[in-house]
Formats: sequence, structure tokens, C-alpha cells
Amino acid sequence: MAIEVRIPTILRTYTDGAKQVEGTGSTLGDLFTDLETRHGGLQDRLIEGGSLRRFVNVYLNDEDVRFLDGLDTPVKDGDTVTVLPAVAGGAR
Amino acid sequence: MLRIPRELQAKIVAHARQDHPDEACGVLAGPAGSDRPERFIAMTNAERSPTFYRFDSAEQFRVWQDMDDQGEEPVVIYHSHTATQAYPSRTDISYASEPEAHYVLVSTRDSEATEFRSYRIVDGVVTEEPVTVVE
Repeated sequence: MAIEVRIPTILRTYTDGAKQVEGTGSTLGDLFTDLETRHGGLQDRLIEGGSLRRFVNVYLNDEDVRFLDGLDTPVKDGDTVTVLPAVAGGAR
Repeated sequence: MLRIPRELQAKIVAHARQDHPDEACGVLAGPAGSDRPERFIAMTNAERSPTFYRFDSAEQFRVWQDMDDQGEEPVVIYHSHTATQAYPSRTDISYASEPEAHYVLVSTRDSEATEFRSYRIVDGVVTEEPVTVVE
């Protein structure tokens, strides 16, 4: 068993179009490092300067990992991680 | 071109007016691949700001999950500008992350007339498109 990761449309160029990929790791950061070995470039779209990019939402099961431990959040087999680009903008 | 039912257009404008002077935001969902907006979903602007908007992350997760379960996608992503024109700002362009979606901008700067315009935003390039209202 592994951890299932759901990839949004805009990042599927890194996963050969796959909507879902699998990976392993004991923390979210480890999981992203593992994904990077097969989906080069993905990590850089998720992480910047050692933490999650501000306008990327990552959920462990149904919880925003910002309210957990960010990249240090423990993950385990059977979990689902969902990546969604934040929807944001402004007048300036 | 964006084809939008009159009723959904009216709901977007009503939402923008109601939240004025803060920016209002939301989604029109439709069957995946259809390019047909059918379901109006007003979203919470987590920033509650007159110059910025951001979908509440927990609400976005639920709404996106819901769309996925129903075979839908965000056909339209809308938000309002409350003191400037209905044209994507630099921030709108840099955060645009749904290349398949129509980005609708509504301006409520004039209390009588509402500007309602639609754009594609792909890789930082903005293209305005005509809006056809259907009954």
C-alpha cells in the first residue's frame, strides 16, 4: 500500500497527465521528495524555500496541512493527499 | 466565448453587489468537458477585503470534492473588483491556476451599471472573450 496523491490539472504536465499518483514517506516533505524521483519538477511547484508555496493548498485526507504540521505532517499508507492551487487574486 | 444562462449571471452580479465594498468570489460548476456553466456556488472570501480575494481553503476542498464526485469542473471562476475596472490585475494573472476555466470579472465601482467581462488566463496571458447570455 502507498499514499495516494491527487494532482490538479495545472500540475499534470509533471505526471504525464495522471490525475492521481502514488508515493511513500513518513512525512509530507518525504512524500514530495519521493514523488520528485518519478515526477521531476513537481516538488518545485509545491515547495519554496523549505516550506509550502503560499498559493498551493495541500490537504491530508480532508485537512489543510497548514493547520497540521505543514511539510512535517506525518503521513502513512492509506492516506490521501490532495493538492489544489489556491484560487486568489485582487484588484492590484 | 462564454455562454452563460441569464439566471446565473444575475446571481453573480447579486453576490458582487451584496458583498460590496469587499470582493466577492465563487464558481459556476458544469459537467466536465461540456464548457456549460450550470451550478452557482458562492464562495467565502477568506480575506474579506476590498482589494484581495482568496477562497477559504477548507470550503474549496469540499466544493472541489463535490464537483469531482458529480463529474463536474469549475467552468467559471468569478470575482469582483469594487473600485477598479473588470479587468484581471497583475495578482489575478499570477495566481490564475485553472487554464480551462473562464475567469469572470465583475466591477461594482458604479452603483448603477455593473461591468461583466470574461477572460481566459493561460500561462500569464490574458485573452478577453465575448459573453453571450442565454435564456
